[in-house]
Amino acid sequence: MYDILIFLTLMALGFFFGRRAEKKHFKSIRRREAKYRQILAFSERLPPPNTRPVESQLVSGNVVISVDYFKQIVAGLKTLVGGRLTSYESLLERARREAILRMKEQAAAAGAETIFNVKLETASITKGNGQQVGCVEVFAYGTAIIPIA
Amino acid sequence: MLISNVEIIPGRRIIKHLGMVQGNTVRAKHAGKDIMASFKNIFGGELKSYTELLQEAREEATDRMTRQAKGLGANAVINVRFATSSIAAGAAELFVYGTAVELD
Repeated sequence: MYDILIFLTLMALGFFFGRRAEKKHFKSIRRREAKYRQILAFSERLPPPNTRPVESQLVSGNVVISVDYFKQIVAGLKTLVGGRLTSYESLLERARREAILRMKEQAAAAGAETIFNVKLETASITKGNGQQVGCVEVFAYGTAIIPIA
Repeated sequence: MLISNVEIIPGRRIIKHLGMVQGNTVRAKHAGKDIMASFKNIFGGELKSYTELLQEAREEATDRMTRQAKGLGANAVINVRFATSSIAAGAAELFVYGTAVELD
């Protein structure tokens, strides 16, 4: 009986706090994406041959985001029937956009205008753990091109 | 020490390739932080302690790589790649490698 109560409480906590956190995070992501729109990130390997003198610097950003209890349970149930796991999709989207934003913030601080050869790496850092923490790490890195004034 | 993940440094010429350099570090999570993380797992959201842990670990790995490059007499590392692997429960390896070069 108590087990069910605890389970339901955790589900409710996860549902409310998780949704609130996600909404807040997406809002903050959209705001900062607008702010750093002038910094262009490319997955192109090389910057175009340029006549302007430039400097380069490695920039990176990483983030670890955890899934909430509600989503974890829902995803667990969904794996029985297969199909899209929307709850994990939004988790990864948040993580990727956040990592790219942090990379851009670093580039902006260095005075860069463009970032080339952007690579994204995803790692689940708690894989193979029995009582695992459902979280994902996204790491974004690239070469920022800084024009010399 | 210039670090870049493309194979050129704009405006500079490579005069000597010195071979591959690498750096790695294995980090385990702090047990206390892990408990906090499992609480956070109920509510969802960013695990700041993990973010910082991994960032520090990457800096450490990069430091080791640049030290190796300096030992070879390089002044830049190009074509740098990062890799992550989880080797045991609760521990992660951060690995970084690149080509040490000498620029004019």
